[in-house]
Amino acid sequence: MRYAAAVVALARKDLLLELRAKETVPAMLLFVLAALTIFHFAVPAGTSRTAALGLLWVVIIFTALLGLTRAFVPEREQGLLDALLLAPCDRSAIWLAKAFSVFAFLAIAELLALPAFALFFAGVGWATIAAALLADIGISAVGTLVGAMAVAGRARELLLPLLFLPLAIPILVGGVGASSGSHGHYLAFLVLYDAVFVLLSWASFEYVVSET
Amino acid sequence: MISATNLGKRFGAKRIFDRLELRLGRGDFLLVTGPNGSGKTTLLRVLAGLDAPSKGELSLPDRALIGYLGHEPLVYRELTPLENLRLFASLYAIDGGEQRIRILLERFGLWRMRDERVSGFSRGMRQRLGLCRVVLHAPELLILDEPFNALDAAGASLLDLTLAEFAAGSAIVVATHDPERVEALATERVAFG
Repeated sequence: MRYAAAVVALARKDLLLELRAKETVPAMLLFVLAALTIFHFAVPAGTSRTAALGLLWVVIIFTALLGLTRAFVPEREQGLLDALLLAPCDRSAIWLAKAFSVFAFLAIAELLALPAFALFFAGVGWATIAAALLADIGISAVGTLVGAMAVAGRARELLLPLLFLPLAIPILVGGVGASSGSHGHYLAFLVLYDAVFVLLSWASFEYVVSET
Repeated sequence: MISATNLGKRFGAKRIFDRLELRLGRGDFLLVTGPNGSGKTTLLRVLAGLDAPSKGELSLPDRALIGYLGHEPLVYRELTPLENLRLFASLYAIDGGEQRIRILLERFGLWRMRDERVSGFSRGMRQRLGLCRVVLHAPELLILDEPFNALDAAGASLLDLTLAEFAAGSAIVVATHDPERVEALATERVAFG
């Protein structure tokens, strides 16, 4: 009960901060629209649907990276991670709340990305929507963990993509596969990825953020 | 409350402090002095459990019993004082949090601005809010890094009063460039470089 209250309080704080600062979601929306527009003019007419879906997933991954870059900015700029780490709640609550807010921001970006993709390239089916939701869970889990790792480093802008992008390759494979071909297998693959990485990230966050 | 034996901290080849022995219990007040960059903040971070010592043994109370104020007030600037303190009241699972928050905000002269965003506050007002956050859960170990920074005369007097109140039932560690201000309370001293 106490754990849930801490997660709710922290997630509420992240959503409130974004609602007031409006720094992350507008940037993600702008990036989604700009990237899909550029791809629309860059790829030749008659490009296969599978190739176009690959571009959609590239946009989703890089939009997530943009959101993750900003995920720990308030804590980093104002040294607030110290205050959160000293609180007696389980430190995984910090990860869970932050992952929830990353998930929410990414889902909002996809509310624009999927219709824009349908407009520029081809319609999206239920499998793509399901894959996007499953991918968001994995991206939020892994991304929040590596975001917390990167926030402590000096080369954080370099470290985050270096850590996150290799871990996102299975999501890309699962997402493109579920969108274009064998839905069931690839959706199951994404579910498995989510289960493994949610558990790993939840269990290891404490060790990532604490020196003592 | 704090027990340190042969405590040391290094950053690479640079030795920050070495062979430090400390025993602090309720009613003890450790005054840490020294010039900028001498290691005061590092010692306070180690004593708060935020950084690990490089050597020695250190026993600290549970995190729930520690109140830590760093160089920054450690409050969210896009939130209001009420929202900030409600967040930390939830994290510390404080019973009667709302009443405690009101008492502290009134005491530190912030009740009138309770619904204004902290980003519009002066540095001194943010420091007052940081002090409210630190004492919100009635900690038994107070660790304050340059707590008088940016406070005006009224704010500094409020802090004097708060320290005097906590001095009897808690252990206090204060790093400051202005040791005369708390010299009378100090029972232990560590002087850097």
